[in-house]
Amino acid sequence: MLDLLQRMGRTGLNATAGFGRAGILLWQAVWGPIDWRNGPALLVRQLHFVGVYSLIIIVVSGTLIGMVLALQGYTVLVRFGAESALGQFVSLTLLRELGPVVAALLFAGRAGSALTAEIGLMKATEQLAAMDMIGVDPLRRIARPRLWAGIIAMPILAQVFNMVAILGAVGVGVGWLGVDAGSFWSNMQSIVEFREDVLNGIIKAFAFGVVVTWIAIFEGFDTEPTPEGISTATTRTVVYSSLAVLAMDFLLTAVMFGVD
Amino acid sequence: MTQNWIEIRKLTFRRGNRAILDSLDIDIHKGKITAILGPSGCGKTTLLRLIGSQLRPTDGSIRVDGTDITQLQRKALFKLREQMGMLFQSGALFTDLSVYENVAFPLRLHTQLSESMIRDLVLMKLHAVGLRGARDLMPAELSGGMARRAALARAIILDPQLIMYDEPFVGQDPIFAGVLRDLIKRINDAMGCTCIIVSHDIAETLAISDYIYVLANGRIIGRGTPDAVRNSDDPWLRQFLQGLPDGPVPFHYPAPEYLLDLRLGEG
Repeated sequence: MLDLLQRMGRTGLNATAGFGRAGILLWQAVWGPIDWRNGPALLVRQLHFVGVYSLIIIVVSGTLIGMVLALQGYTVLVRFGAESALGQFVSLTLLRELGPVVAALLFAGRAGSALTAEIGLMKATEQLAAMDMIGVDPLRRIARPRLWAGIIAMPILAQVFNMVAILGAVGVGVGWLGVDAGSFWSNMQSIVEFREDVLNGIIKAFAFGVVVTWIAIFEGFDTEPTPEGISTATTRTVVYSSLAVLAMDFLLTAVMFGVD
Repeated sequence: MTQNWIEIRKLTFRRGNRAILDSLDIDIHKGKITAILGPSGCGKTTLLRLIGSQLRPTDGSIRVDGTDITQLQRKALFKLREQMGMLFQSGALFTDLSVYENVAFPLRLHTQLSESMIRDLVLMKLHAVGLRGARDLMPAELSGGMARRAALARAIILDPQLIMYDEPFVGQDPIFAGVLRDLIKRINDAMGCTCIIVSHDIAETLAISDYIYVLANGRIIGRGTPDAVRNSDDPWLRQFLQGLPDGPVPFHYPAPEYLLDLRLGEG
């Protein structure tokens, strides 16, 4: 019994210390003077790394999910003779929920894990220590551009996801199943509101970008510098950030679209 | 008269309940090569990390040029580190930059020099370590010895007052170990900088050091000039210098009685 209490206490203390370290890392990475000389180039490089390299998986998954959505939506709607509402069904589902959430989960798997592994290996090969000794703060040089790149890239990737998913839905719905193109687009246009649907989706994607990138970078810096430590940290990044995205999605949805 | 550039007093560092370093007193003389010798796992690298202030001691003080670095704020610390160069055991070259860019890295960050000036300085340092022709290679294309030489060029690019070498000779073939030994000596003579070598390679280290501390189990077990250390009759020092497998530094990790452990001692 005492042993169990001890273990629970230790786990609690470790978790609290972890949150503390993650908070300090975020603060030190974000706060402080901007390095105008090297900062922009580093940011562009990381945007390329986390953003452009994630594009393929986002585009392919988005297209497929849009196609499936159209197929599933059509089979239900056609029973009520409401297949012309396919456009609004697909667009609202994507803009409000699926776009930001699925894009964030893919982003965690593609870019988040890569960030953790990269930083973890830098730690294991003493590159972070070397940077520290050269008089460069690794949190500024390594963590900061990656954090901002993630925060900027995530909302853009989510919108790309939405865009290709809608095109996929058009392909299946209009091209294959024969829904009228005019009613598909006009229904979508009349029902989607910029503030309520598009902007809320962007806010969600932004929040997911912060959380996923933060977790990925923290796990990289906090890893045990061994092969086993890096693999554990990479797994933790994907698991924690996926859970965090889903939990945050529920909270944000409750706040944004909750019943008054 | 020699002047102490670094004064370490009652330095203690603990991890959990285990004392890695226990109340060390060390003086590093300006312009000299000081070696910290000791068996693996005795806390040598930890000591370098403490001097570079990458770790904070549990107790004690480290004064560099009169300033207690354990009390310094982050900004002042980074400023101080510009006067320090460190050669890491693995070289620690930045894998995404070429040899040239690795060596130029500290210059680009800490100076406002023109590109042509940076080029000249980088090529001079690369020439000193024999890698001028390897400037365009990436770290992955270098052998272990070349990577360490490139890292040495990076460590000395800002002409630091203090250079710390973490196990410079480990895993090197005899030719390169000799090359590196001469390089360390030449750099020390030419730049007049203070050097600390942490190593368990006795022959190479004794050959170039001015003063030696021998560390075991987190404590200093011997100190003196290379000759004094060589001629010491202390059993710890003798075991270490002669490479005897068992002695005051035990061969066996603490374990229960062997026969009992094999269950041969029962009945």
